[in-house]
Amino acid sequence: MALEVLKVGVVSCSGEAIPGGTVSRIACRKVLDERPGETVTICLPLFIAGGKEERDFAGKYPTITVDGCEKRCAQRSTERLSGKPSKSLLVPEILKKHGIDPPTSLRNLRPEEKAATQVVAEEIARAVDEILEG
Amino acid sequence: MSGKANKVVVLPCSGIGKVYGAIARETTYELMERVRPGVVVTICLPLLVIEDPDAKQLVTDNPVITIDGCPKSCAQKSVEAQGVKPARTYQAIGFYKAHKELKPGGIAELDENGRNLAALAADELAQIVDELAAGGQE
Repeated sequence: MALEVLKVGVVSCSGEAIPGGTVSRIACRKVLDERPGETVTICLPLFIAGGKEERDFAGKYPTITVDGCEKRCAQRSTERLSGKPSKSLLVPEILKKHGIDPPTSLRNLRPEEKAATQVVAEEIARAVDEILEG
Repeated sequence: MSGKANKVVVLPCSGIGKVYGAIARETTYELMERVRPGVVVTICLPLLVIEDPDAKQLVTDNPVITIDGCPKSCAQKSVEAQGVKPARTYQAIGFYKAHKELKPGGIAELDENGRNLAALAADELAQIVDELAAGGQE
């Protein structure tokens, strides 16, 4: 009997120093707010600063990592400290696929840059659906 | 390091679940872009989680201020995990306790109170940044 997946973990890179991190952070927050019963998150540094419960995150929930740059901190940290993510998304790849220029603002995204957060949020939501539908 | 620092690394909480994480981040941006540009720098906190060598070098070579959004103190602990003691550690809720007229709201994007609180906190941290940049009180 297959186990029913009730919630999907979403882990944002959150990168404070790069615009892709801001896009990741805002897009993840949007999905978490719009799908409160189906998604859950964890602050990435808790894999180091937290305890066993935090490090069990990817074992407890099928997890989507969302990274803002090629260093892939969210994916690599989750793999190394918690468990293998079910899906790993990369903001620059998503934006390229949709023909959207990468934002250049670290904060206070301009209106035209907010389109980037919307397409990334939609991609995360699609990944959530795929996992929930099995 | 003492006596020769001229950059100060400010590391905020990476949280996307609480308003005080957003306050920590906004305070860092205020310091970096408005209050002490060219002196205050930041890095993505998760780079320390993956033990990025450049990130580790930056926090080893310069005084570090951490600003955390909750008592789990991820920013402080992530620096300490590199064998580095932060020069100063703050909890963002402390900024609110000092200015209760500015109750912040919003997480992905702060409301006006939140932005004003972060700006005020950055102004108040400027003196500490100057002392650390001059190589003192580490």
